[in-house]
Amino acid sequence: MIIGLGHYLTVAAILFTLGIFGIFLNRKNVIIILMSIELILLAVNVNLVAFSVFLGDIVGQVYALIVLTVAAAEAAIGLAILVAYFRNRGSIAVEDVNLMRG
Amino acid sequence: MALQAIFFYLFGGVCIASAIMVIAARNPVHSVLFLILAFVNAAGLFVLMGAEFLAMILIVIYVGAVAVLFLFVVMMLDVDFAALRQGVLNYLPIGGAIGVVLLAELIFGVVAWVIAPGAPKAITAPIANDVTNTQALGLVLYTRYVYFFEAAGVILLVAMVGAIVLTLQHRRDVKRQRISDQLARGKSSAIEVVRVKSGAGLP
Repeated sequence: MIIGLGHYLTVAAILFTLGIFGIFLNRKNVIIILMSIELILLAVNVNLVAFSVFLGDIVGQVYALIVLTVAAAEAAIGLAILVAYFRNRGSIAVEDVNLMRG
Repeated sequence: MALQAIFFYLFGGVCIASAIMVIAARNPVHSVLFLILAFVNAAGLFVLMGAEFLAMILIVIYVGAVAVLFLFVVMMLDVDFAALRQGVLNYLPIGGAIGVVLLAELIFGVVAWVIAPGAPKAITAPIANDVTNTQALGLVLYTRYVYFFEAAGVILLVAMVGAIVLTLQHRRDVKRQRISDQLARGKSSAIEVVRVKSGAGLP
């Protein structure tokens, strides 16, 4: 059987849904939430590359490269914020992050 | 063609299964390791599609940098992860409902999807058949999309500076080397000539 665009889009859709589901499931753990965001961005990248290949346009892969860069930067900044927060408060539970709430 | 199908289902299946384990594992270290497995299998999918450069970049950036960063942070933070997992079952129904609805919408979108008749004419940079994927990507990335490329570099620079600023802490109780003081030391401050009286010794 021929593996077409729809197959790759289905895999990307399932990955995206798992990312969203992970955010809901692990609402207390920031690290798992960051990993779920990485999964979502991976699904987006699979979509971009699939469309790029099956439509024959290389620009999608250029854009996937930019998304990859932003995902790496986001992970670095997010984990840095996490480490700085843990040093100050000794906890990373999401519900403890209420210092700026009046 | 059958080989392609076999590898597609292998990579796709393992990718999805490890994504499930990322959000379901009890231990965050296992989550990170399953995240690495998911990325490696996604890179396999990219190779299957013919995007070899992005596949290798995915392995280098995600497995080599991001996942190791996650692993480092998970192991460095002394957090009771079992306490953070409490109440997961409370969120399961609402999260599952939203996930099922979202997946159904996406699958319906995928099934009912057609290429617009004018789309093939709107292609800006067609993939050349006579060059490798890396060369084709480089030919457009460094010419037409050079500003994108430089913007990506600026984003990485800002992220690097931001991460350093956020996590650098200046500790006052640590003795540091002061290189300027060392270099400014001259003969007059470094050497002292003492005239010792015979038989008396130094005080």
